[in-house]
Amino acid sequence: MLNIKVLGPGCANCKRLEAMVQKVVAERGLTAEIEKVTDYVQMMRWNLMKTPGLVVNDTLVVSGRVPNETEIAGWLQP
Amino acid sequence: MEQTLRTPSTPQPATTGRAWLLVGIAAVAWLLAYNLIQPLADGLTYGLLGLARGSHLGDSLAFFFYDVPKILLLLSGMIFAITILRSFFSPERTRALLGGRREGIGNVFAASLGIVTPFCSCSAVPLFIGFVESGIPLGVTFSFLIAAPMVNEVALVMLFGMFGWQVAGLYLISGLSIAILAGVVIGRLKMERYVEDFVWQIKGGGGAVAGEHPTWTQRFTQAWESTREIVSKVWLYVVIGIAVGAGIHGYVPDDALAGIMGSDAWWSVPAAVLIGVPLYSNAAGVIPVVQALMDKGAALGTVLAFMMAVVALSLPEIIILRRVLKPRLIATFVGVVSLGIIAIGYLFNRVI
Repeated sequence: MLNIKVLGPGCANCKRLEAMVQKVVAERGLTAEIEKVTDYVQMMRWNLMKTPGLVVNDTLVVSGRVPNETEIAGWLQP
Repeated sequence: MEQTLRTPSTPQPATTGRAWLLVGIAAVAWLLAYNLIQPLADGLTYGLLGLARGSHLGDSLAFFFYDVPKILLLLSGMIFAITILRSFFSPERTRALLGGRREGIGNVFAASLGIVTPFCSCSAVPLFIGFVESGIPLGVTFSFLIAAPMVNEVALVMLFGMFGWQVAGLYLISGLSIAILAGVVIGRLKMERYVEDFVWQIKGGGGAVAGEHPTWTQRFTQAWESTREIVSKVWLYVVIGIAVGAGIHGYVPDDALAGIMGSDAWWSVPAAVLIGVPLYSNAAGVIPVVQALMDKGAALGTVLAFMMAVVALSLPEIIILRRVLKPRLIATFVGVVSLGIIAIGYLFNRVI
């Protein structure tokens, strides 16, 4: 199962990213666990310097911008 | 710990060509529109509406019809260009550039990079932790954190549009100087123990996204998106600000404000800063009003101090930074920056 984490303190972009991830997961019928990480200390595990960040299976795939759905789908492919 | 980014689609040369063509066409349309504003505004006010030149209402309206499209066009064009420029910088790269620099030269570097590195206030905390954790001195980190919001792109463009490049340049240089000096002062005060303790215990896990190398098509798309986002966020403030400014232009007598906001009133600069700090971030709405005030006798230094206080120090950012800074350091940060802004205000009132 995929483990997806959305990193961000709760700003507008973080919420947008989370909504997009949920949409992509639902559309492709993927089984994934989506977590929100709002704690700065935890975010530093991935050396995040710009919010929002997206972590897929413990790897930071993007930070500092909201990617488009095609990109997200690409990262979620097994 | 670096890893390459998986990009889902490889860009084709054909799309890149088309993107350049689109940007070219947009640039020509922009130039045409920009040169058409003045005749259109005059035609609308004095021709179509039949108002007399020199009348209160006529002058106010002509000012409004000219300034609103001019500022909105300037904002969209310049923010597009600035975003392209910024796509060549990233916090990761900035951190690498700052690593190992001594204080002094480090502060100069940090303040300059603060202007070009894309930054939003919700990233202030991770950025602060990332800088401090990688060994960048506290004072140098502050130079970056002060310059980034202080030299605000919307404010810069609006100053350029309403006051000309000299005032925009003064604003840029003063913002940089305050950021450099405030960072040096905070560094000298040895305030490391007023950073929240957990920050010093963090050991980064590595694995940050390696420097992305966006294609030109991606840069253009990103620039287009942030232009749309910023303009849709500020246009209403621009319109309201210019409407109020236009009213002041047409109806308030000249030199009405020289007494309270002129360069002879010594208390006007600190008063402007005191009023400006709690006012949050709407450079877009503030600048047109401030320009009208200047026309009526307010001094440039007072006006610049007011504007910098509005953009550089904001309550939301202070609350965000409270997560990593103890109250004593927050107070020092606000105090040092306010004093810097007041000094700049006096300097310009004296010199110009």
